[in-house]
Amino acid sequence: MSKTINIARYNPQTDSQPQLQAFQVDSDNSTSVLDALLQVQQQDPSLGFRWSCRMAICGSCGVMVNGIPKLGCKTFLRDYPDKLTVSALAHFNVEKDLIVDMQPFLTHLAAVKPYLINAEQSSQPHRQTPAQLAKYQQFANCINCGLCYSACPQFGLNPEFLGPAAITLAQRYNLDSRDAGKAARMPELNSKNGVWGCTFVGFCSEVCPKKVDPAAAVNQGKVASASDFIISMFKP
Amino acid sequence: MQQLQQDIIVVGGGGAGLRAAIAAADTNPGLQVALLSKVYPMRSHTVAAEGGAAAVTLEQDSLAGHFQDTVSGSDWLAEQDVVEYFVKHAYQELVQLERWGCPWSRKADGSIQVRRFGGMKTERTWFAADKTGFHILHTLFQTSLKDPTITRFDEYFVIDLLVVEQQIAGVLAIHFSTGELVQILGKAVILATGGAGRVFHYNTNGGIVTGDGMALAYRHGVALRDMEFVQYHPTGLPGSGILITEACRGEGGVLLNKDGYRYLQDYGLGPETPVGQPKNKYMELGPRDKLSQAFWQQQQRGLTADYHGHAVVYLDLRHLGKAHLANRLPFICELAKSYVNIDPATAPIPIRPAVHYTMGGILTDINCQTSIAGLFAVGECASVGLHGANRLGSNSLSELLVFGKVAGEQAAALALKTNTLPLSAVATQCTRQQTYISSLFADSCDDTVHAIRTELTLAMEQGCGIYRDNAGLQSCLSTLQALKIRYQQLKVTDNSKAYNSALLQHLELGFGLDVADTICRSALARTESRGAHQRLDEGMTQRNDSDFLKHSLAIRQPDGSAAISWQPVTITSLPPAERHYGSAERGSAGSGSTGSSV
Repeated sequence: MSKTINIARYNPQTDSQPQLQAFQVDSDNSTSVLDALLQVQQQDPSLGFRWSCRMAICGSCGVMVNGIPKLGCKTFLRDYPDKLTVSALAHFNVEKDLIVDMQPFLTHLAAVKPYLINAEQSSQPHRQTPAQLAKYQQFANCINCGLCYSACPQFGLNPEFLGPAAITLAQRYNLDSRDAGKAARMPELNSKNGVWGCTFVGFCSEVCPKKVDPAAAVNQGKVASASDFIISMFKP
Repeated sequence: MQQLQQDIIVVGGGGAGLRAAIAAADTNPGLQVALLSKVYPMRSHTVAAEGGAAAVTLEQDSLAGHFQDTVSGSDWLAEQDVVEYFVKHAYQELVQLERWGCPWSRKADGSIQVRRFGGMKTERTWFAADKTGFHILHTLFQTSLKDPTITRFDEYFVIDLLVVEQQIAGVLAIHFSTGELVQILGKAVILATGGAGRVFHYNTNGGIVTGDGMALAYRHGVALRDMEFVQYHPTGLPGSGILITEACRGEGGVLLNKDGYRYLQDYGLGPETPVGQPKNKYMELGPRDKLSQAFWQQQQRGLTADYHGHAVVYLDLRHLGKAHLANRLPFICELAKSYVNIDPATAPIPIRPAVHYTMGGILTDINCQTSIAGLFAVGECASVGLHGANRLGSNSLSELLVFGKVAGEQAAALALKTNTLPLSAVATQCTRQQTYISSLFADSCDDTVHAIRTELTLAMEQGCGIYRDNAGLQSCLSTLQALKIRYQQLKVTDNSKAYNSALLQHLELGFGLDVADTICRSALARTESRGAHQRLDEGMTQRNDSDFLKHSLAIRQPDGSAAISWQPVTITSLPPAERHYGSAERGSAGSGSTGSSV
């Protein structure tokens, strides 16, 4: 069957702001929003959007569907009986059509030192029990799609806020039994753009396509930040 | 035109490119390393690898065992010196990833857990649940952020290599966000651009896997080796081709035809092993070429089922139980639910073979060096000689790491030595490319990238599929020739500067057409059956060592087509023998501890 999809188009060379344009697409029970965008691109090769894996692991194809952040490849037309409007991810600058500037997101990720910090040298693997792995495993499943930033009202107000994914990644390493870098990461998390920027709306966890639960990570980060503060009071 | 100077330029931000960049930076922190990718590195297709990475780990295992499995799996077309180097270094590379934080799955005591994989005689596949490639890629990407000498050029699309007097001088790229051409000069270039699975219609690959790097090197006269060997993964989802990992079978999943019969026992992989007791190198743990061929045979006999117009068989995981599935195969459960609406704990998954991996690629030596001085290639875009006629599952993730490191170190050593080249030739080359790109734009065009690409991928599926014959290959070749002529006339009708995906897709299609030509012509020239290349023609259905125990080399001719020549295969310690799986394996060369010195 045929469905109408409205797409927010924007060409920086000619447009002052995005405009909705309607397209007809063929839809069956398995048609994803990404499939629909690919159909539209056959009609109009100038449509811009990012995509690659089609299986919800590369994190490229985040868009707003009827105002909610979604992965295009994991969102299906069958779930939208009526109107479908697709626009670029909120809270990022739109570069062209559905393509946004992801640079602020990447800058925030890099700011939390998202790598194992451990000076110990060895040619053997660490031991890490399944229970130790389970402490951070969920937070290691973030695919960097950026949906949580589009869901986060604080990031919308203050683009300097580290945001859900970056705090989650910091937490992922802080909780890793092999890591000794928490002290190096805490100043960034303790700062005004760190964990305390979050007002615990929790929408980030609702939109996460991989059930990473960034809100839980941010909350744990607040606990860590508070104890970090208390400990620092007792230090000379 | 903007011009930038770097020491080492890595093209491709997947596992191989990131590992190479880190190795280059570690080797000499004084070097400027540029990491170019047409996407953000964590979007690279390494991300979709699921099952795991192989390395000899258990006490019962041996380097000789991994060597034998790989050589026999390759149908004796692997470079045995390369395999020896690989099996020796794989373990240390997986440990390195562990030291960088990769969340490998563990045993109760905290040590590394390994799982069974197809064609491997014992458990040696490290895994991070069923998202191994994802975790490897993110671990490498995040680790690379530590290094201030690695400069990322995200969303830069390389359109040409800059070559002067058979030496590399840099690359010419389009900055996707602005549409501007940028020259990046350097003393060494490492191509790590991935495979070319997207020249086939049904594939497990992301949209970005278009063979760019292979074509870039090929257009400068570098040979593409063993291109006829294209791996069909036995278990993709019907229609989309989305990958359902071999680890499903490693964990004990079984394959059933439409009658619920475990058909693999009829194709030299039996006897049937009891459900819930997987046995290495038997039945579902046979190699990928044999399993995909068995599917084709079942389809010919009318024993496959139909799923919305696609022939399928079934992958049954029900006996593994919900808890085990959630622990070991959570992503598979998610994919099956999302894309075929099936809970693997309660129903079998419809699957069919889909193109997964290009065994062949840019010819390199064991140091990842190509025939152009300073140009290296690594990973799926390269043919260092590890996989021969058929790759074993879980060898390629380890390959990215082992040879990514080699490529990075070699490039770093070379970048210290090389003298500056006469760059006037570079300027001419860049101007030529600039003129070419400008000539591509027009207000209208009757033909489209989509139309040509669809015909290309369907022709490849039809002519260069699991089984091939002369008539089918010839017909594929004439389709390709017609498409190349159409491509010459094709124009880009979107003239916008920023993020012009129409232009990128146009250029990717040109790369794909070149690569497809090498696959088809190499397949025509190999008039025997070996590994993933199976011919139906009379007199060609068997392996023919006396005439074809050798690599094919596709070299570009002035008219743009490939000429095929041959290169001997390096055999160090395991002489060619018959390949056996299932009970036939006992006593055969691939199984015992015959003669390998590794």
